[in-house]
Amino acid sequence: MSAIVEMRNITKHFGHVIALAGVSFDIRQGECHCLLGDNGAGKSTFIKIMSGVYKPSGGEVLVEGVPTLFQSPRDAMTAGIATVYQDLAMIPLMSVSRNFWMGREPERGVWPFKTFDTGKADEITVTEMRKMGINLRGPDQAVGTLSGGERQTVAIARAVYFGAKVLILDEPTSALGVRQTANVLSTIDRVRKQGIGVVFITHNVRHALAVGDRFTVLNRGQTLGTAERGTVDAAALQDMMAGGQELALLEASLGGTI
Amino acid sequence: MTDVIPDALKDERIKPVSPLRRALIRPELGGICGTILVFLLFAVVAGDSGMFAAEGVMNWTVVSAQFMVIAVGACLLMIAGEFDLSTGSMIGFSGVMIAILSVHIGVPLWLAIVMTFVFCILLGGVNGWLVIRTGLPSFIVTLAFLYILRGLTIWSSIYFTRQTIIGGVAEKAATDWLAPLFGGKILGGLFTWMGEMGWIATFTRGNRAGQPVIDGIPMLVVWAIVLVVFGHWLLTRTKFGNWIFAAGGDALAARYVGVPVNRVKILMFMFSAFCACVFATCQVMEFGSAAADRGLLKEFEAIICVVIGGALLTGGYGSVIGAALGAVIFGVVQQGLFFANAESSLFRVFLGVILLTAVIMNTYIRRIITGER
Repeated sequence: MSAIVEMRNITKHFGHVIALAGVSFDIRQGECHCLLGDNGAGKSTFIKIMSGVYKPSGGEVLVEGVPTLFQSPRDAMTAGIATVYQDLAMIPLMSVSRNFWMGREPERGVWPFKTFDTGKADEITVTEMRKMGINLRGPDQAVGTLSGGERQTVAIARAVYFGAKVLILDEPTSALGVRQTANVLSTIDRVRKQGIGVVFITHNVRHALAVGDRFTVLNRGQTLGTAERGTVDAAALQDMMAGGQELALLEASLGGTI
Repeated sequence: MTDVIPDALKDERIKPVSPLRRALIRPELGGICGTILVFLLFAVVAGDSGMFAAEGVMNWTVVSAQFMVIAVGACLLMIAGEFDLSTGSMIGFSGVMIAILSVHIGVPLWLAIVMTFVFCILLGGVNGWLVIRTGLPSFIVTLAFLYILRGLTIWSSIYFTRQTIIGGVAEKAATDWLAPLFGGKILGGLFTWMGEMGWIATFTRGNRAGQPVIDGIPMLVVWAIVLVVFGHWLLTRTKFGNWIFAAGGDALAARYVGVPVNRVKILMFMFSAFCACVFATCQVMEFGSAAADRGLLKEFEAIICVVIGGALLTGGYGSVIGAALGAVIFGVVQQGLFFANAESSLFRVFLGVILLTAVIMNTYIRRIITGER
């Protein structure tokens, strides 16, 4: 199966700091590709390039085989790449419906009297949330009253509804409890089955192994290669993330990709 | 559906919400309660002072409308997450600019008004642009403009006319086509008719004997109503309104989903400047003169109206209707104390108490919205 988005040899420099030193990554339809790495490994920088927030210093981004340079997050969204950020997913003071449609509000009427079609917006929001397993008290319920896992789910539902082909989840489980995490992981599974490619960023190996089809580990701005499901275990991933003493050993097992 | 929903996702822990609590999280609630309270208070202490006769009503309506005009701009800007402390100086500046251009340079009054509006809205844009570009708090950037504009106003007034009050605008306004839009009055016929019917008082002596004590609704009041309706519609019924909430609620989150946050914020700075200009132009037309010290402290009064109206100082939450009610409270209290023959300095005490109460209540309301943490 060909990749929806392929990142080839991406580098990113911030002044004297080399955040990424040649990282390759690809995401296919209907898979969950986990991007693992410790804090400061460059995960966030990498996905910000993928979602159009940063421009890469070097390397290529291919969307369905075509080299593409995103000028803004909006470009990436148009190309079908949606990102759900860990803490920036939702605005707590705004209602679920207003959050859901933020930036893409449906309108009705004629200019200059175009209005935000709240009726339609509310209806679709409630339906989509129910599909994801969240029963809202009402579409005007403030996001602040939702739990962390539910907020992630609203953001995921939003991305899916707006036709995401690739869904990037930035540490969606890092601040969640056990049950909340289970909900988010089952949401990932549900989304994957719809044929969407999920990029799941985490530093929790167990969460990654629970849903991941492939695993890529970042360490100090470099990738240690991509492994298929079943070829690695938790201990191996953990060691790669830590970049510890067993690096030499792992280098052999991964086929010398470093 | 139910077969795919894990138990954990069922909201078994969400309590039903009482209607009272639901009403409480409407931003206007504080404003509504405050307005009722203030009216009741003055009905008791100043009920027989003429405060609620036609003339008295017009008196506090005009004062409230003044606050309303600038409060609408401040409200939308605050919801978008920024402040404009240069509003008061902008009022002084635009008034003096109109007067200098029309009286001392000889530009036709309508052109002077248009030029002033364009220039001041651009200045508002500069305010916004600086805030966005530098990433500094708007508090500091607009504080700088508070001083810059006030200084320029006084300097230019003295440079061109050797005085700080510039008269002669009234003569120009008499023959101008645009001036009545700011200085005129409407519905004069209605009030004459109401006077004839004996519903409102009429003059009994002098050369206006028989005419009603009110000869129409000042355009300032019309502007206030139009701006409030427009602001409320924009905020709650349009896509752009959603962007205003989003920009103030969390600029980064909004930016990541494609909301043009910078454009929204700069436009709101420009709108705030526009409101200041409306205020100034109406005032210049009413007095027939401009003065370099006009608009002093107006920026804070606008912010107070907005906060009393339930908006959060941190942005992302608020209501134009609330801000308008805040302006009514402000106007009624200020004029009411005058009617009640209270010591005028007490006004500030009263204002401080209202402000503090409103802010404390808003903090509580925010805790309810964001799930009481």
